Amino acid sequence: MRRSIRTVGDVAVLVALAAYAIPFFWQLLTSFKPEAELLRIPPLLPSRLTLEHYRVVIEQSLMPRALGNSLGIATLTTLLALVAGVPGAYAVARLPLPGKRLLLLAIVASTAFPQIATVSPLYLLMRALDLRDTWAGLVLVHASFALPLTIWLLAGFIREIPMEAEEAAAVDGAGLLGLFRWVVIPLLAPGLASTALLTFLFSWNEFLFAYTFTVSEASRTIPVALALFPGVFEVPWGDIAAAAMLASLPPVVIVIALQRFLVKGLTAGAVKE
Amino acid sequence: MTRRQAADRRRALACLAPTVLALGALTVYPGVWVLWLSLQHRIPIFDVSRFAGLDNYAFLGVDSRFWNAAHTTAVFTLGSVALEVVLGVMAALAIHAQRRGRRLALSLLLLAWAMPAVVGAKLFEWLYHPTAGLINVTLGRHSANWLGDPGLALPAVILADVWRTMPFVAILCYARLLAVPAEVYEAAQVDGAGRLATLTRITLPLLGRILLLAALFRTLDALRAFDIMFVLTGGGPAGTTETLTVYAYRALFQTLQLGFGSALSVVVFLLVMAVAWAYLKILRTGTVAA
Repeated sequence: MRRSIRTVGDVAVLVALAAYAIPFFWQLLTSFKPEAELLRIPPLLPSRLTLEHYRVVIEQSLMPRALGNSLGIATLTTLLALVAGVPGAYAVARLPLPGKRLLLLAIVASTAFPQIATVSPLYLLMRALDLRDTWAGLVLVHASFALPLTIWLLAGFIREIPMEAEEAAAVDGAGLLGLFRWVVIPLLAPGLASTALLTFLFSWNEFLFAYTFTVSEASRTIPVALALFPGVFEVPWGDIAAAAMLASLPPVVIVIALQRFLVKGLTAGAVKE
Repeated sequence: MTRRQAADRRRALACLAPTVLALGALTVYPGVWVLWLSLQHRIPIFDVSRFAGLDNYAFLGVDSRFWNAAHTTAVFTLGSVALEVVLGVMAALAIHAQRRGRRLALSLLLLAWAMPAVVGAKLFEWLYHPTAGLINVTLGRHSANWLGDPGLALPAVILADVWRTMPFVAILCYARLLAVPAEVYEAAQVDGAGRLATLTRITLPLLGRILLLAALFRTLDALRAFDIMFVLTGGGPAGTTETLTVYAYRALFQTLQLGFGSALSVVVFLLVMAVAWAYLKILRTGTVAA
C-alpha cells in the first residue's frame, strides 16, 4: 500500500514536470504542423506531420549558416576560455600571490558584470580593430566575458585534486607545462568537462554582444538569426518553430546526454561552502 | 624568500598573464572608457562630441522614461526572483522525494534552463498568440491580448523569464538537499517530528544559505536581463516592459546617444554592484547559517 502511494507520487512529479516543459513540446509539435493548420486551433493535434518547415529553414533561410557560426564561435570560445582559465585557476587555487584576496574579489565581481555596461566601448573597439562581423571578435569578447566564471569553477575543482600528485611531479622535475600535461589536466577532466559545457552554453545562448557586433550573416549566431527571423507579410510561425528547435538542439543534447557534468558544474562552489 | 617560493611566484604570474591581459583589455579598459563616454555629449550622426561633465547623470533625475524603466526593472526583478525561489524550492523538494525517475525529472527541468533566452522568448510569443496561442485557446472566452495589453505585458514577460530560469534555483536546492545526511531526518523522525515540522524546522533552514546564493545569482541576472523583453515585446507596449538595460541599449544603438546611453549603462552597472554587495553582506553576517 505504502509502496504504491510512493509510485503514484513519483509519477505525479514526472507528469508535473512534463507539463512544465509544455512550452517546449508545443513548439516542437508546431514545427511539424502543416502551414494551413497552424492558426486553426482547436483541434490541438494536427491531421498529419510535415517536414516542410524544416525544409524551408534549411534551404531558404540563414539558419544553417548561423548554426555553423554558433558551433564555431561557441567551440572556439570554450577552448580559449579553458586555455587561459586552467593556468589562471591553478594560480588562484595553488600558488602564492601578492594581493590574492583582491584578485579573487575582482574575479567574483566580474562574474556579476552586466554586458550592457561595456557594450558601447566594446562596439567602438570592435569597429576600430575591424573585428565586427568576424568570428574572432565575438570569440574574444565571449571568452573574456566567460573567463571569471571559468576560473572560479576550475579553481574549485583544482582544490579537490590531492596535493601529493603535484608534489610528486615537482620532485620528478616536471616543469610547469609538464605539470599541467601529466597531472593537473588528467585529474581535472570531469571538472573540465563541466566547465566547458557551461562556457559553451553561455556562448551559444549569448545575445547582446552577438546582436551588436554583427551586421551581416558572416558571424550571425543562432539567437541573433532567430530574433531577426524574417517574415514577409505574415509571421511564419511554423518556420520560426523549426528554427527554434534547431537552435535548441545542441543545448537539449547537452542536457540529456551530459546531465551529470552539467549539474556538477552548476552546483560547484555554491553547495560546498 | 626561498628559491622555491620565488619560482612559485614567477609561475603564478606566468599562469595569470593571459587572464589579466584578457580582462584588462576587454573588461577593465572598456569599463573605464564607458565612464569617460558617460561624461560626454556624443551623438555621432550629428557630429556632436564634447565634454559634458555630469550633465547626462543630472538629466536622469528629471527623465521620466528613466524612472519608468527603473520601476519596471524593480518589478521585473522582484517578481521573477520571488516566483523562481518559491517554485524552485517546490520542484527541488518534489524531485528529492522521488525514488525513481530522478534522472528523467532533472532532464525535463533542465530542458527549459538550457534554451537560449531568445528561444524562450519565441516559445512564449507563440504561446501568447492572441487567437492561436495555446494559452488563449485554453482560456476560451477569458482570453487576453497578453503582449499587447499594457497591464498584462510585464507579467507575461516575467512568466516567460521564470519558466526558463526557475530550474537553476531548483537544481541548486536539489544539490543541497542531496548533501544532507540521512541521519538528520532519521533523528527528526525519532523525535516524533511530523512532516510539516520536518519541512519548516529542518529542511527549509538547511536551504537558507543556498537559497540566498541562488537568489543572488538570479537577481543579478534579472537586473541585466535584456534578450527576453527585447525579443518578446521590444520594451512595449507603451514602454511598460522597458527595463533600464533595454533603455540603455536603445539610447546607445537606436537613437545613437553614445554619451547618454553610456551613463545609463553605468547606472545599471552600479545597481548590479550595489545589489551584489548587499547580498554578500547578508551572506557574511551568517544570519542564515547552514
